[in-house]
Amino acid sequence: MDRNNVLEVKDLHVSFHTYNGEVQAVRGVSFEEKKGETVAVVGESGCGKSVTSQSIMRLIPQPPGVFKHGEILFEGNDLTKLPEKQMEGIRGKDIAMIFQDPMTSLNPTMTIGKQIMEGLVKHRKLGRAEAKEKALEMLRLVGIPSPGSRIDQYPHQFSGGMRQRAMIAIALACAPKLLIADEPTTALDVTIQAQILDLMNDLKEKMDTSIILITHDLGVVAETADRVVVMYAGKVVETGTVEEIFNRPRHPYTWGLMGSMPRMDLSRDTELTPILGAPPNLLSPPKGCPFASRCPHAMKVCKEQMPETTDASGTQRVACWLEHPMAPSVEIPHDLVGGASK
Amino acid sequence: MNSSTQKMTPEMFEPVAKDTLAQEGVASKKITFWGDVWRRFRQNKGALLGVLLLVIIAVLAIVGPDINSYSYRATNYEITNQETVGDHWFGTDGLGRDIWTRTWYGAGISLLIALLATGFDLLIGVPYGCISGYYGGKVDNWMQRIIEVLYGIPNLIVIILLLLWLKPGIIAIALALGITGWITMARVVRGQMLKLKSQEYVLAARTLGASTRRMLTKHMLPNVLGPVIITVMFSIPTAIFFEAFLAFIGLGIRPPQASLGVLINDGYQVLQLFPYQLFYPALILSLIMLSFNLVGDGLRDALDPKLRQ
Amino acid sequence: MGRYVLQRMMYMLITLWVIITLTFFLMHSMPGSPLQHEDKIPVELKEQILKQYGLDQPLPVQYVKFLGNLFQGDLGTSFKYDGRSVTELILQGFPASLQLGLQATAVGVLFGLLLGCIAALRRGSWVDNTANIFSILGYSVPNFVLATLLAYFVGVKLGWLPVGLWHGPEYSILPSISLAVLVIATMARYIRTEMLEVLGQDYMKTAKAKGLSARTAITKHALRNALIPAVTVLGPLVINLITGSLVVERIFAIPGMGWMFVDSIQIQDYTVIMGVTIFYSALIIVTMFLVDVLYGIIDPRIRIGGVKE
Repeated sequence: MDRNNVLEVKDLHVSFHTYNGEVQAVRGVSFEEKKGETVAVVGESGCGKSVTSQSIMRLIPQPPGVFKHGEILFEGNDLTKLPEKQMEGIRGKDIAMIFQDPMTSLNPTMTIGKQIMEGLVKHRKLGRAEAKEKALEMLRLVGIPSPGSRIDQYPHQFSGGMRQRAMIAIALACAPKLLIADEPTTALDVTIQAQILDLMNDLKEKMDTSIILITHDLGVVAETADRVVVMYAGKVVETGTVEEIFNRPRHPYTWGLMGSMPRMDLSRDTELTPILGAPPNLLSPPKGCPFASRCPHAMKVCKEQMPETTDASGTQRVACWLEHPMAPSVEIPHDLVGGASK
Repeated sequence: MNSSTQKMTPEMFEPVAKDTLAQEGVASKKITFWGDVWRRFRQNKGALLGVLLLVIIAVLAIVGPDINSYSYRATNYEITNQETVGDHWFGTDGLGRDIWTRTWYGAGISLLIALLATGFDLLIGVPYGCISGYYGGKVDNWMQRIIEVLYGIPNLIVIILLLLWLKPGIIAIALALGITGWITMARVVRGQMLKLKSQEYVLAARTLGASTRRMLTKHMLPNVLGPVIITVMFSIPTAIFFEAFLAFIGLGIRPPQASLGVLINDGYQVLQLFPYQLFYPALILSLIMLSFNLVGDGLRDALDPKLRQ
Repeated sequence: MGRYVLQRMMYMLITLWVIITLTFFLMHSMPGSPLQHEDKIPVELKEQILKQYGLDQPLPVQYVKFLGNLFQGDLGTSFKYDGRSVTELILQGFPASLQLGLQATAVGVLFGLLLGCIAALRRGSWVDNTANIFSILGYSVPNFVLATLLAYFVGVKLGWLPVGLWHGPEYSILPSISLAVLVIATMARYIRTEMLEVLGQDYMKTAKAKGLSARTAITKHALRNALIPAVTVLGPLVINLITGSLVVERIFAIPGMGWMFVDSIQIQDYTVIMGVTIFYSALIIVTMFLVDVLYGIIDPRIRIGGVKE
């Protein structure tokens, strides 16, 4: 494992057993996270990004979830093989997580203070008084006004944005090396979204934490990420630095994503073009490229075989048949060409 | 990248027309709501057992009394309290009456009372809940105040009082049970109506100019149906229990008519000497309650959309 | 919260008043005089007795007097028990009934909780299946059938425990079990459902993501959230216990209120019926009220806001 990497996910496969059969939610996902980096994992709902993130924390309920294959290397340890007891020592201490909906992810019958203190008591072996002191400090750090009185309040007394701040306080209490934020701003008002993102960026610098940001919002990506992993139907279709993905996306799906996002840097007449169709059913994923049925540039081979991942530059990798030397050359849709918005 | 097993040929890289691609998507099995309900109900072994038991018991309650030659009221003082004699399959009671016949006759009466009581529930509860929930506002407010007061009154007390007053008979017992039972039904229906009213499709239908009548019959009632069915499935065994319970404390229907409760009460009097006289009606009563509860549970689980995957 | 309590208290009083009034007028419009069975009493004596009980006065006057006396804890005198006061009879029967009820509640709640929790945590295992079968049986077999069977088999056939009267702790075992089974069944079902619901909540994921062990996550986060709503079961539970005590006390010949009530129904001792009815109603209504308030106190979401969101 590369010493600069905090996390390496290699060929991860996760499935769910349902009444209808086995849903292959994640089908061979690989990416790595460098120290101090923010990696954004983007894709439509159901593309497997949340499953991937919860697999890293081993939070997938089993059953119905099944870990099929792959490695998740964190500081040289394969998390998939760790005994549960050791995994507990990593959760909350080295890897922490923030969930999408702050309305439901806090325990309604426990005070905010106690919920922050729990991790501290467990991992830092702090006494009650010390833990409370630290919890106060965390509340102050995440910008909750009058933390002294807020610490003894219950979640329902907090607004949505405040709750997400409290969630961040819980997650960062033990100064984790890696923070996984699963759509941390999706459930919030637009005005609050920016505040939460700023807070996360700010704390990332302060605490020297690496972040995996799961989102379907490219605006959020542009604002926070260093690198981007684009997922589609349980697979990584393209990865690259945020500049590469926004300036020179190579996968037609990424083009589609870009085309369906409003951008300030392009002319106002540019129309948004939705990606037609729907992602394939992962109960019986197609044998070829999963995007083939929606791809405007699909070729015969796309339906037959899954393309391999190829290096487009030192940092950008794409899984698309258009990269093949025999493929016709296809231009990036011209309306996507513009400056990256970062 | 050329480690692929298949050899690459240029024609593989010809573009494909888009419309052929559209057909490629794997269509997921379409499951209708009721189809889904049935699918899940069928998987529930307990519920199926309940249905089976109910069918058997219902059939026997109808034809059972006529299978042998005895009438439920015919006494025969030659053969009193005999556990097995001739074709008295369940034996005879203290007056020489056939217990098999009386048990199934009693089961029929018990079921009849329960169905009547549930009928009363529906008759009062559904309109009450519909009106309260559909109109809302002041009407709802007042109707709810009434419910709140009535809901606080213990059912048992009202039933006992009413039966002391009415003198127990099939109709009287069913009425007493219905008078107390409709409140639950009204609450369920009102709750559903309120929930539905706030839903988009109802608003859509209303915007399109659907009449109140049409709204109620075409859009809302079908959706209220599930919870109503579940409530019915649980109010029937409750009614059967209460009927038997009342008989056991001396408020059952009068002889020579018999319900399961009356038979159990009679059997209880001679329990030490002739336990079999209590056993059969008690078994049938318990089986009826069990079946309804099993089916009710099964339906509730099947209809609960939270469990839909 | 204060407003809420006041409002609930008002409803409680209205409900009680409705019951008292209903009871009074139903009892006084019963066909026949309370003394109908004592035909041989001379007319003058009968009139004298009626006068003594105040039954010769107009109904409204009697009603006002009745309410007045009720306020002072005077429920009138029994017709049948040599003119003893109803209040005295109730106080005499209450301790045994209370002890029985508390024992059954304690046993029932404890085992119900355990069973429900284990079933939910081991969902789909044999423990879960057994618990489910047990609770649906406990739900379905009527308490008087269960009590009768226990009395007959454990008491009479095996002779392990006394089956009648009330002379010591061992006398309360069988009746307590008879009552507790339904409590266990109700509690286990309820807790299982609540627990499963809670286990699927997002905050359980948060708890695990903090690094808490499954055990800590359950005891610190799941249990409290699953148990709080269980308080609401206490109201219906008291009703169940009262219903049960009527028959169980009769079956085990326990000199409690339940038996007295059934007895008074059978001999139509109207003042006792009225008195006990009112007492039971008050007990149930006050319990429901207390449960509501208690729920408000232990659930922080209600504690402050007044209404659950």
